[in-house]
Amino acid sequence: MTAQEVRLCGLLLREHFGEVVEKVGTHLLRGGAQNLRTIIHETGISLDLVKKSLCVLVQHGACVFSSGRKGPGSPTEYRTSCDRILRILRYPRYIYTAKTLYGDTGELIIEELLQRGHMTMSSTVKTVADRLTQNMEEGRCMDYSEVATAFAKLVETHFLQRCPPMVKAGTTGSATPATPATPGTPAAPVSTAPPTPESFPDCYKVPHMTLVGRGKRQLCSEEGEDQRNAKKARMDSQTHGDEGISWQVNFERFHLHFRDQAIISAVANKCDQTSSEILRTMLRMSEVTTSPTATCTKPLSANEIFRSLPTSYNIARPILDQYLTLLVDDPMEFVGKAGESGGGMYVVNLHTALANLARATLESVVQERFGSRSARIFRLLLRKRHLEQKQVEDFAMIPAKEAKDMLYTLLSQNLVQLQEIPKTPDFAPSRTFYLYTVNQLPTARMLLQNCYKTVANLIERRLFESKESKRLLEKSQRIEAILASLQASGAEPEQLTEVEEMITATEKQQLEALRLHINKLDSAENQVDESIFLIESYVTSTASTS
Amino acid sequence: MAGKGRGIGAFTFNVEALGIGRGSMPESRVGPNPLFPNIDFKPVPLKAGEDEDYMLALKQEMRGTMQQLPHHIKAQCNKAEVERYTERYLKQRLIEDQDWSPDWNLLPKELMPKKKKMCAKKETKKKPEKISRKDAEDMLKKLDNLAKTDEGNPEKSDDETEKKPENEEEEIEGEEYDEEDVEEENDYIDSYFDNGEDGAAGSDDNVDGEATY
Repeated sequence: MTAQEVRLCGLLLREHFGEVVEKVGTHLLRGGAQNLRTIIHETGISLDLVKKSLCVLVQHGACVFSSGRKGPGSPTEYRTSCDRILRILRYPRYIYTAKTLYGDTGELIIEELLQRGHMTMSSTVKTVADRLTQNMEEGRCMDYSEVATAFAKLVETHFLQRCPPMVKAGTTGSATPATPATPGTPAAPVSTAPPTPESFPDCYKVPHMTLVGRGKRQLCSEEGEDQRNAKKARMDSQTHGDEGISWQVNFERFHLHFRDQAIISAVANKCDQTSSEILRTMLRMSEVTTSPTATCTKPLSANEIFRSLPTSYNIARPILDQYLTLLVDDPMEFVGKAGESGGGMYVVNLHTALANLARATLESVVQERFGSRSARIFRLLLRKRHLEQKQVEDFAMIPAKEAKDMLYTLLSQNLVQLQEIPKTPDFAPSRTFYLYTVNQLPTARMLLQNCYKTVANLIERRLFESKESKRLLEKSQRIEAILASLQASGAEPEQLTEVEEMITATEKQQLEALRLHINKLDSAENQVDESIFLIESYVTSTASTS
Repeated sequence: MAGKGRGIGAFTFNVEALGIGRGSMPESRVGPNPLFPNIDFKPVPLKAGEDEDYMLALKQEMRGTMQQLPHHIKAQCNKAEVERYTERYLKQRLIEDQDWSPDWNLLPKELMPKKKKMCAKKETKKKPEKISRKDAEDMLKKLDNLAKTDEGNPEKSDDETEKKPENEEEEIEGEEYDEEDVEEENDYIDSYFDNGEDGAAGSDDNVDGEATY
């Protein structure tokens, strides 16, 4: 947990859950596991607000709690992790992926779940159906059962999972009617390790749910009204048989999908469309058989791959073999050969692929920031490992003076490291080799921190921009509201234009410019996150292999 | 120029051996890097396309809705300022948002908002201790008595001791239920009643218990 990460987490929490949650969240991040009393004491926030903030954090999975770390009977402790909070940055991508895979229904299901942290299946299905009906043309509506099937499909493919039940839910659940709320006195010491959702056997089991009907259309279009109605509907609804089972988005599964997508598109860029389709088929075949942390997929024979290729690609068997050998020979090593049986056994080297993609990212960062000739030096060092200054100049074929300048710039940016190897133990400069080298993993880590810093700066800038023109934004919002209400009440067109003219031309220009800036900043956040994802997965993949 | 010459001269070894000739040393730096340095290369433009636009829209929509959900907790606003017309509507919406009821089965019990039941909880917190202490005392005494009476007539005492704890347990349970019922109706009477009985349990009851044996 670095300062950059904490700063970014704080900004994300503030944007999505308000400043109080930000304060509590960053306090937990900085101070580690703490109990309720300590949090209240050290943050100086009122008890009620702290409780609410913790509820919000737990609801969104950003905070875990456990009791009895310091022996039985000790107060419940709360812990947050940066990883989960940083996922907020990737929410748009999850939703978009769900849309491409499962259409609008899938999109809305994921969106609802991300917005609310976790929900029961019945309430999710209801809200989604209502929202879909809202967007459909008059007279048509969405059936609950249709949404429920989409939900079941998402569970089946592990994009959704059950929230792990509370560890001592059984004991306190039964005890509550007799002795209401005995806070801080758990029955037995609970293991400190938080349970992973996967460790429960029912993790991906869809409960039986009785929910018939279809989405209802709200008559009034006002948003606040909508929410209240939806809430009311939820309140007075009867039981559906799935109460107490709440669902959350399985981020790991989404990350696996992103990883596969990254590999496929890299191959498409490097080789051609056909080879990317072959790789896609291989990855799809091994989706179920390969564990999430495996370094490479289970070996697949060329025959199997051929059989699984969609017929629409029109790839003949000999061509497939040629493509496979081509992919194996490729320096990026996405595909490896594991044996000769069955027409050749092939694997997808997942971790090598990630490492190579991360390396390509590093190279392109150097190229875009320091120019292509610096990038040449950087690549040279990556390939040759250790080089003396003289060798760098010679191999890179760059005039000595410029090469030195670039090398020193890279060194001062920590992209290149210097290794001293003395011939004699006195480290006398004249009898010492000075070897330049690039360490990929530490450099990637540094770049990751830079990315976090970049996103935090982007958010900060966006907040600043919108704060600067707060008055203007409020004015335009007000006028829009007036326009909408006028239109609803069927006002004269002259009246409408009159209201519209309340915003002057210069103001309109300013608003337009502001919109452009904010869009750019937001878009940049999304795209930096793509780099973050790639480097993060590379770093975690090295952690799991070593 | 002169400064650089001195710098090179200050080394105790032949600098030329390192491949650093005169004039090939990078210029010495003074002070830290500027906060916003000039960049030699212009940044690459952002990717643009349908995907990016859609994700941008999703991001902005997400932020908008999240800020209206009850999960977005506002700090208590200072009322010292002049109340504005718009604030009245904002407040109304806030009140509506408050009724968010999470699934308490997944949250620690201590986070549940305490409302009017403050006194009731205090009572229940105290109670278990007392009961257990009383129980333990009773039990010890009973065991003592048992040891004494065992010598005399074992059958009788056995029967009695079996009966006794059962009765007591029932009593305790009865107390609890009573208390809850009463609590919801009226706190004041309950606490008064409870205290009286607890006091009695502490002193009189036990004496009586001894006397019967």
